[in-house]
This record gives sequence, C-alpha cells and structure tokens, in this order.
Amino acid sequence: MESLLQSLLGDNLLTVVLYCALPLVFILLYALLAILGEVKISAWMQDRLGPMRTGPWGIIQPIADVFKLLQKEDITPAKADKVLFNLAPFLSFMSAYAAFAVIPFSSQYVGADLNLGLFYLLAISSLNVAAIIMAGWASHNKYSLYGSMRAVAQIVSYEVPAAMVLVIIVMFVGSLNLQDIITAQSGPIWNWMVFGGPKQDVVLASGEVLSASWANLIFLPFFMASFVMYYIAGLAETNRTPFDIPEAESELVSGYHTEYSGMKFAMFFMSEYANMFLVSAVVAVLFFGGWNSPFGVYLGDAFGAPWLVAVEQFGWLAIKGLFFVFVMIWVRWTLPRLRVDQLMYMSWKVLIPFSFGIALVVGFLVVIL
Amino acid sequence: MSGYFKDIYAGISTALVGMRITWNHLFVKNVTIQYPDEKHDIPERVRNRLYVNMDDCIGCDQCAKACPVNCITIETAKALPEEELGETSTGNRKRLWVTQFDIDIAKCCFCGLCVPPCPTECIFMTPVFEFSEYNREDLIYRFSTLTPEEAAEKTENAERAKAEAEAKKAAAAEAKKKAAAEKAAAEKAAPSEQAGGAPAADAPAAAAKDTAPKQDDAPKQDDAPKQDDAPKQDDAPKQDDAPKQDDAPAADAASTTDNNG
Ligand code: SF4
Ligand code: SF4
Repeated sequence: MESLLQSLLGDNLLTVVLYCALPLVFILLYALLAILGEVKISAWMQDRLGPMRTGPWGIIQPIADVFKLLQKEDITPAKADKVLFNLAPFLSFMSAYAAFAVIPFSSQYVGADLNLGLFYLLAISSLNVAAIIMAGWASHNKYSLYGSMRAVAQIVSYEVPAAMVLVIIVMFVGSLNLQDIITAQSGPIWNWMVFGGPKQDVVLASGEVLSASWANLIFLPFFMASFVMYYIAGLAETNRTPFDIPEAESELVSGYHTEYSGMKFAMFFMSEYANMFLVSAVVAVLFFGGWNSPFGVYLGDAFGAPWLVAVEQFGWLAIKGLFFVFVMIWVRWTLPRLRVDQLMYMSWKVLIPFSFGIALVVGFLVVIL
Repeated sequence: MSGYFKDIYAGISTALVGMRITWNHLFVKNVTIQYPDEKHDIPERVRNRLYVNMDDCIGCDQCAKACPVNCITIETAKALPEEELGETSTGNRKRLWVTQFDIDIAKCCFCGLCVPPCPTECIFMTPVFEFSEYNREDLIYRFSTLTPEEAAEKTENAERAKAEAEAKKAAAAEAKKKAAAEKAAAEKAAPSEQAGGAPAADAPAAAAKDTAPKQDDAPKQDDAPKQDDAPKQDDAPKQDDAPKQDDAPAADAASTTDNNG
C-alpha cells in the first residue's frame, strides 16, 4: 500500500500524510454508518421506525446530525480550566486514532507494523483515561467530575482482565505483532483462535515456525472464554451500556462530557465510536482471524489479482469489526446499566480470577504441547 | 462458592435471554404511525373543532348560555320588518341578524354542551383536530357572515327602530297620561268624591301594560331567558335546561375569563 502510494505520488510528505489519513477516512465513514445503525437498530428492537424524514428511510440522518453539531455554539464554561477543557476532546480522539496505527486492515495495509503492536495498543488506548479525567476536572462541574472518576475507576479495573487476555494470546502465538497473530490464524475458519488456534504449522513473517496440530482443539474452551472476557472488558473500556455508568444519563446528566457542545462534543462522540470499532477490530484480530477469509481462499488469487486480495482482506476485517459493533449496539439496547458495586464485582471478582486462571492453564498447555 | 458460580451462570444466561428477546424484536412489525402522512382513524362523535353553519343560525344565544367557560360571544340585531331573512333548513324563521358570532376555541374545553341546546342543530363538532396557530388571536373563530360595516348598519337600524318604537310608545303613554290627568282634573272639578278612586287605580295599570312590550324589543339585554323571543319556545325541554346552566356555571366562567385576561 505504501509502495503503491509512493509510486503514484512520489516519496514526499504528501504520501506520508495520505498514508496516515487512510484510517481517518475509514473512521469517518464508519462513524456515519454506526450512528445510523445505533438509531435504527435501537428503533427496530423497540418496534419503532427510527428516523424516517431525512432521505429515504432516514439514511441521511447521521449527515444531518454532523451538520447540526458543526453549527452548534461552542461553549466553554466561564469557570472551566480553558486549556485542559479544550484539549481533552482532542486528546480523547487522538488516543483512539493513534491506536488504529497498529490495526492491520489487510496484509498490505497496516499503519505501523510494530513488533510490540499489542503492547502499543494497550498503552495508547489507556491514554483515553487521561482525556476523560481532564474533561471531568476542567469542566468544573460536579457531574462531570463524578463521571470522569467513575470512568477512570472502571477503565483501570477492566484493563487488567483485558491485558491478561492479551497475554494469553501472546503466550500462544509467541509474538506481540498483530500481523503475526493474524498470520497464525490463516487458512479456513477452524484455524481461528476462538476455535483453538491453527491446526497445522504456520510460518510467521519473522521466519519462525509456529508448530501446531489438531491437538490445539484443547484450547478451544479457554480461548472461547477469553474472547467473551475480552469483549466484556472492551465494552467496559468504551463506556458502553451496560457499563455506561460514567455517563449515566439518569444520575449524571451526561458524565464527563456534560459541559461539551458542538464540535468538541462531536470529538468525544467520534472517539467513542472509534473506540467501539477499535475494540471490535482487536477482537476480530485476536480471535476471529483478522483479515483472514473464513474460507481460506480469496477471489483475487483465483483471478491472479493481488490488489483484489488486499481489498477482500480489508472487507473481511471490516465485516468482522462491524459485526462486533453491531453486537455492542445489540447489547446496549438489551441490558440495563450495572451499579458501581456490580461493575467492580464483575471485574475484580469474576473477570480477573478467570483470566488469571486461564492464563495459567494455557501457559501450561503451551509448554506441554 | 457454589453461589458464586450460580451467579456467573445466571449473569450470562439472563443476558442471553434478554438478547434473544431483542433479536426477535428486530423482526417484529413496527407500531409507529408516520403521523402527518398516516393518521389514526378518528372515532365517531369525537369532540374536536366546533363549526357553526351560519345559514341555519337564528341567533338565539342558547349555545352561548350553555357554554360553561363563556367562550361563545353572540351579538344580534333585530331585523327590520321589511327585511326578510328567510328560513333555516329546520323550518324556523330567522328574525335576527347575527352581527357577531365568535368562538374562542383557545378557551373551549370541548365539553360539547353547546351542541344539544341548538334548536336548529347548526353548531356541531367536526373531526378536525389540527388547528394550532402561532397567534392566539387566530384561535378566535369568527363565524358571522356579515362584514363589520354591515353589522354596524344592522345594529344601527335595530337601535333606530327600537328608539322610534320607544319614542312612539312614550308619546302614546304621555298622551294617555295627559288624557288621564285631564280626565282626573275634569272629574276633580266635578264634586263627586266616590268616582275619583277608581280612575286613579286604573292609570298605573295602564302604564304597566304599556311598558311590557318594551321588553320584547331587546331580547339580548334580557337577563331572564324566559322572556326572550319566540324561537326558543319552540323547544320546551331545551328551555328548561337553559336557565339551569345559566346560573351555576356563570360564577365559574367569570373566574376563567379573569385568568385568561
Ligand atoms: S364545547 Fe363546551 S366549552 Fe366549547 S364552546 Fe361548546 S360549550 Fe363551550
Ligand atoms: S344555539 Fe344554534 S341557532 Fe342558537 S345561536 Fe347558537 S348556533 Fe345559533
């Protein structure tokens, strides 16, 4: 991909900027789709129609929403800490966007093919906590502060099981590189991590061989459980219902972004949606084969067109990611909000012991097999 | 310990039950009615916007008297003898010009009490329920078919006719009084004591008889509806209702109008 852009535009700054901006284009388009999906799916689940006025079946509604937000007055509260207040939404979106750098959209496109990809992902997505507490503190509003405190408590708690699940996968594959993790799952659907990982030897990009056999089926229950735990932790980290106590409308107005309006609110909104896709994409990469086709073959190979393979791979990742975004929306419109104590119970007394236990067992099995 | 695992099992299974329900509802037919495009069927005899068919209105004021919130204002002027107003579709003769017939629909409580007393059934509820206005003044519906100039002219005519009739009567009364006085004077002059008592008693009785028709001339200024024009008396039972509704809600109505002011 980079070489393609280089050949088209030459080796200059524009190429680099374009290369970096590709995920942004994707996030913007995806956000429009997700906003529409959110309103439409929630409406259908409640036997309503949702927006119907803007365009056929209301499909232009998200664009209208964007224009509405653009036109809105940008209010900074008089007593707010202006610098932090204005910086927070950008930091929030930045942290979400920076994480996209290591998401492999296809075998040909990954922003930064880091060896420490997963580690970077974990680190950079935690930056969101800083943005949230900045927003809550700088707003000079008790609801915002409460919301941000809850958000931080929640995200810090749920990062522990999430990190443990990542450790489980890293132990199995032996690499922190996301492309390696995806390569390990290449081939048909049964090679995906949720189904116990690869069933035959795989050669990683570094040249190392990941030896595997059908005995890996023994990992299936553990990886299945890890997937569920990671998804739950991901839901909590993106502050989505049922873990939306940081922005609990009924108690905290809107939590840490109570005081935000116009584009700054839109930035928080964008970062929430970007984070949703990020978590979904990571789930897809870790457990569902990333950009791998579930059939193990590509149309592009049959036609001898390598560019088509890349497009297909991107399509598969997008489909998997969007599916998990859909599940998030589905969960949101099904489950009620947890209490703070239930939230902490779930993280510290359920997810963390289970993830440690699974890590222990998987560690043993990896050594033995 | 077993409670702990039971809790986890319950947590997962109940979440899945909920998700199955919402999934099934994805495919349930929606219940939304796209309002301005689609509308609910309105029930029969629903009470919404009032309408008055002025062709049939005889200006009897019954509807205004029945209204508990006094939101109907009717002014009438008696037609001159040479003016022919025609008949209503129910066969009543129209004798009054309705110079003003305003319904303040903003005050109306849609009780429908104005509808049954109407002798010609010309005030009724329509199924129209969308009549919001930006301006409160626009919620006063003016049904009178006369232009303001016409209305002023008719009122003036009626007043002139009334004044003339009164003048005539006054003149007649004066003449009679004079005649009586002359007669009395003449009788006083005569030395008969007994005859004087009877004519003196006659004179006030005659005066009372003279003033009685005066009340018929001005039906709208009458307090007691019983003394009103003929059309009302067409309908015996309705007439019974009228005074009843007249007295009690009047006090309430006064307070409502105050609030609105
Ligand atoms: S419906 Fe009731 S409130 Fe409305 S005008 Fe008729 S009598 Fe008055
Ligand atoms: S009761 Fe009927 S006829 Fe009489 S004034 Fe009212 S609308 Fe006219």
